[in-house]
Amino acid sequence: MTQNFDIAVVGAGPAGMAAAVTASEAGKRVALLDDNPAPGGQIWRRGARLPEMAEQWQARLDRSAVVRLQGWRVFDCPGPTLIRAERNGAPGAAEAKRSPDRDSYAELRCEKLILATGARERFLPFPGWTLPNVMGAGGMDAMVRGGLAVAEKRVVVAGTGPLLFAVAAHLAEKGARIVAVCEQASLAQLARFGLRMATEPAKLWQGLHYRRTFRQARFLTDCWVVAAHGSDRLNAVTLRQGDKRWDVACDYLACGFHLVPNTELPERLGCRIADGFVATDETLQTSVFGVYCVGEPTGIGGVELSLVEGQIAALAAVGSAEAAQKLGRRRRGKLGFVRALYEACTLNPLLRALAVDNTIVCRCEDVRFGALREAGNWRQAKLHTRCGMGPCQGRICGAATEFIFGWQADSVRPPVFPALVSSLAASGEAGGKARSRAVVSAFPEP
Amino acid sequence: MSEPAQSVSLIVNGSLLSVAPGTTVAAAVLMSGTMTRASVSGETRGPLCGMGICFECRVTIDGIPHQRSCQILCTEGLRVTTPDGGSMQQPWGQATS
Repeated sequence: MTQNFDIAVVGAGPAGMAAAVTASEAGKRVALLDDNPAPGGQIWRRGARLPEMAEQWQARLDRSAVVRLQGWRVFDCPGPTLIRAERNGAPGAAEAKRSPDRDSYAELRCEKLILATGARERFLPFPGWTLPNVMGAGGMDAMVRGGLAVAEKRVVVAGTGPLLFAVAAHLAEKGARIVAVCEQASLAQLARFGLRMATEPAKLWQGLHYRRTFRQARFLTDCWVVAAHGSDRLNAVTLRQGDKRWDVACDYLACGFHLVPNTELPERLGCRIADGFVATDETLQTSVFGVYCVGEPTGIGGVELSLVEGQIAALAAVGSAEAAQKLGRRRRGKLGFVRALYEACTLNPLLRALAVDNTIVCRCEDVRFGALREAGNWRQAKLHTRCGMGPCQGRICGAATEFIFGWQADSVRPPVFPALVSSLAASGEAGGKARSRAVVSAFPEP
Repeated sequence: MSEPAQSVSLIVNGSLLSVAPGTTVAAAVLMSGTMTRASVSGETRGPLCGMGICFECRVTIDGIPHQRSCQILCTEGLRVTTPDGGSMQQPWGQATS
């Protein structure tokens, strides 16, 4: 299956939705690829009450002629005009019976490419963090939106960032008993953030509303989880604030240390990265001609900025430079929030000492902290310990080792997600590339 | 959003389970009382990221291993197997099908 489009958008969160809808409304033939079951990304994930804004964009997307490949994961972009994707959940026996000829591999060609690949949570390893029922903060929220029942469950929410408030409030709404919300940032750090937020009263108001929703819980600053306890699953955590340490019984820990951008695809395409984020011009075009990047990969700035960026990139890509420029002013007005958020979520250096020698850092390959201390850099760690060599390709441990050791991951290689051998073989045939090499690369190289 | 009233039935490690439409396989697995994966050194693991990044939620669905259960919705008659069900203690990377 190969199809041609004027514009392809990767990622159907707010930025990608806005880009796809805007380009399509301008009369272009647009494809929108996303690996989740429904559009909306993480912030507008179904299973919770969505803001009016989300419903409006969803309605515009539904009315549009955008070709949606929902539940498709892009595993490679060998060049700015070629996308290779695989359907999530390869057809099982039941599904195959229902639709025996359905494709699991797709190849798209496009004139312009808009990458809206979003962000993931940063996880930091600490003793016990691999225990079942220890999840990300956003991760736990996603699980609950996905139907996990949490009524009467005791939950500790920890880590850093405004996401903690949103998650605690949502879980409380679903009947969870929030035991404590632990923010690693200091009160002074949060106060500075609050002051800078004076220009964004809506966001401040929302924060206060969240706090009211989980008002039974303690909110602690300068506080984090130093250990999770349990045998086959979590039953307690040890919290630390200053010199104080104490244990708290709980059923779940929702713990995430803000967000890191998903830059694998832009990196694969050779887009310039600056300070960990994808560098763009005012129209959100990357250093690669015809490739745009919007939303969190250009700087963690939230929904409103993502929506504006998606529209700007789409307008620029369809040639409406003036309209793009006009929106550019709105974007610049929101960039202050990116900086404020970055400072508010700056990690306390003490968090580097959370992991002890036998703490697993790489969850895919069960590589422990003690083994990593010997390695001098990311590449050595991969070669000698297999850290980052598992199916997540270092997406989890990479951000952790960057913070702990200051290691930088090296070049991204295809496929950027593990893919079926059949997909790689099909892409070899379609692209006329060396087939045997494609099959071998089913597993990440060092 | 229209909400169909019925539930969806799936089979987790041989036991029938009914969940609300829109439930992910990962959530269904947890609610069935089991976990998703055994790590390469044999630790029991459950979902972490909830968004298809961490690969901790991999289960066998309809006989096909390594499916990210957090990104797949339950459908009628879906069969899920986890290591707790006694059949899937195989590290990532072995020949699968």
